Amino acid sequence: MTQLKAAMAGTVFTVNVAVGEEVQAGQVIIVLESMKMEIPVETEVAGKVTAINVQVGDFVNEEDVLAEIEA
Amino acid sequence: MKKILIANRGEIALRIIETCKRLGISTIAVYSEADEHMPFVKLADEAFLLGPGPVQQSYLKADEIIEIALTAGADAIHPGYGLLSENAGFARKVRDAGLTFIGPDAETIELMGDKIASRIKMKKAGVPVVPGTDDGIGSLEEAITAASEIGYPIMLKASAGGGGIGMIRCENEQALSQHFQSIKSRAKAYFGDDVVFLEKFVENARHIEVQVFGDDEGNIVHLYERNCSVQRRNQKVIEESPSPCLNEAVRKQLHSSAVAAAKAVDYRNAGTVEFILSEQDDFYFLEMNTRLQVEHPVTEEVTGYDLVEWQIEVARGNGLPVKEQGQINLSGHAIEFRIYAEDPVTFMPSPGKLSKIESSDTDVRIDAGYEEGGNVTPFYDPMIAKVIVHGDTREEAIRKSMMFFDSYTIEGVKTNIPLFQKFIGSSEFGDGDYNTNVLADWLKTNKEDIKI
Repeated sequence: MTQLKAAMAGTVFTVNVAVGEEVQAGQVIIVLESMKMEIPVETEVAGKVTAINVQVGDFVNEEDVLAEIEA
Repeated sequence: MKKILIANRGEIALRIIETCKRLGISTIAVYSEADEHMPFVKLADEAFLLGPGPVQQSYLKADEIIEIALTAGADAIHPGYGLLSENAGFARKVRDAGLTFIGPDAETIELMGDKIASRIKMKKAGVPVVPGTDDGIGSLEEAITAASEIGYPIMLKASAGGGGIGMIRCENEQALSQHFQSIKSRAKAYFGDDVVFLEKFVENARHIEVQVFGDDEGNIVHLYERNCSVQRRNQKVIEESPSPCLNEAVRKQLHSSAVAAAKAVDYRNAGTVEFILSEQDDFYFLEMNTRLQVEHPVTEEVTGYDLVEWQIEVARGNGLPVKEQGQINLSGHAIEFRIYAEDPVTFMPSPGKLSKIESSDTDVRIDAGYEEGGNVTPFYDPMIAKVIVHGDTREEAIRKSMMFFDSYTIEGVKTNIPLFQKFIGSSEFGDGDYNTNVLADWLKTNKEDIKI
């Protein structure tokens, strides 16, 4: 199980995948918006999305777990 | 007008307080929990908490802000820039509440905020616009047909967009197909409106804008131009006035087109007409910003006028402080540098505590929103301060800037100061003959020299 964490605080701008979806390493899973900049959050591992913990518009803090991926 | 509520934060709130104090007007600050210890909260005569850090829960709460203004006995609201400043609905509500909105009419904000409607209006007024579509594009098929008529590369833009958000350059049909849906959904998410249109992409363009001012009596003047071509991520980093390397005849045409644009909409208060200028010196209307700009200080430095004072005078119904164009003179050269809390190479924001701020040169204007010990929080734009340098000539202003940046220190967060330390002395900037690619191009070969 790999946890996908927020590198910095911000608002969830888009959620690009759904639970159950197969994803590739390097794929953008979630885009955060912080300080007027879009910050893509990519997965380092390929696998299946097992959880998405946030919704568009949520404010997240640094290190918050955004999603989980089963390699 | 004896009491003004400032519906903004940081450096621009402080900037407005400063002019109000000089004019004997008392001020009301509104702030979020994250900004509780900011200088603008301390320096305003009164301050009211709006709510938590995120702007939707604080600075964008239009009804609450108007309620505070009424309860505290304010006569007017100054919206600053960003946030509610170009929100026509807010301007209308302020007016309906019997308060003065320090800015143009709600109707003007609405018209200029609609990029397609303003294009059509400007064309009618004889102001050149970029070749493109005069209607919203509904489907990808329509976009592809229109793009092949205009010719690639094209800019795909959100009609409600602005400030560098909601636009993308497309090289070919494949890129257009790829970005069409995402720009539409982005436009919907950011601006609540998914109408998009196409414009020809002008290669190697310069971004030049003209400051205009209008009053209730129908007087309209310009306060010269600013060159804002040094950008990163479609957002400005350095602005200067007057623009270097600008053909004198073109300069005059830009000024008169800007005045014509403002006249076409009976413009009142401070506004900026943005143009792009091609390599062949053809210029096109880009958009009109219906507010005070971040970079207004460079215009203040070369004209000697206080633009916030002008805004207040016009809002009072007093007419422009100077109505005769011929009496508005430009003296010397001014350059503004935006100091951001961000990585100087990747531009990733770097929030945190400003453990140290130090500068030795006093002959430089610094409009800062923070003081030493303050916190740059992730809720807002990463701008810490603006450094404005004036000289008799551009060369002198550059020399002074280099000296200033030698000793300017901010610790605790990453900043773009190391970028300026190298870039100001480059021949690319020094020549003055640069376009909007200048910073990205320069970084390609000079990245390694920037000490983070």
